[in-house]
Amino acid sequence: MADETSTPSAPSTSRPEGSGPGGPGGRPPGGRPSGPGGGGRKFFRRKKVCKFCVEKIDAIHYRDVRLLQQFVAERGKIVPRRLTGVCTTHQRGLARAIKQARNIALLPFAARY
Amino acid sequence: MQRTYEIMFIVRPDILDEDLDKLIAGLEANITQGGGSIKAMEKLGRRKLAYTVKKFNDGNYVLLTINADGSLVGEIERRLRVSEPVIKFISVRMDEEEKRVAKIKAIRATRKKLSAQPAATPAAPVEPAAVPAPATEAASA
Repeated sequence: MADETSTPSAPSTSRPEGSGPGGPGGRPPGGRPSGPGGGGRKFFRRKKVCKFCVEKIDAIHYRDVRLLQQFVAERGKIVPRRLTGVCTTHQRGLARAIKQARNIALLPFAARY
Repeated sequence: MQRTYEIMFIVRPDILDEDLDKLIAGLEANITQGGGSIKAMEKLGRRKLAYTVKKFNDGNYVLLTINADGSLVGEIERRLRVSEPVIKFISVRMDEEEKRVAKIKAIRATRKKLSAQPAATPAAPVEPAAVPAPATEAASA
């Protein structure tokens, strides 16, 4: 146990660039020094960025269904932050807007099959 | 205290256009009599509903942006609930959100001035970097 925990930490300290994309649960701040490239060992994981921060969308309004629909899964669920890459602040506003849109029948609570 | 609110409501699809106009006019009269003011009125037209509401699958969406007291908004909500052709409504307070957006915009405006100055300096190091490259090529050749 002790050996297993010590070995993954050793490469991460020696090579901070490889730790970001390599670790599956690697947090975005850890992957930041690797920059835009950041090649992993087997699969290449693109660094996720918050759409609202990048495109500078300040107000997330319940009326623009087009925007909200990108963050809603097929069945009508709100897509989690870890999949979309939206930052915490915007995810909060986004969730609120989606719930308001659901209330006024712009978005479904659950999609029918 | 006057605040900005957005009231969106859905009117049943089988209503006549004149009746819809009458309904909106009645609401607007209520708002102005109650001490509020109407900033904007927009008919968003007929839209398919995301789910069935009172056995209707589409509805006429109307959006009202108003300045009003909290008590007046409560009164309007009561009226919307009572009025038969309105099948769904939502009222959202907008002023805090607007204030927040204005603040962000102001901060962004001040940042732009700062970023404009460093943008000029990166252009200068490019030229010295370009000069040594042909020099080494010439030395190797």
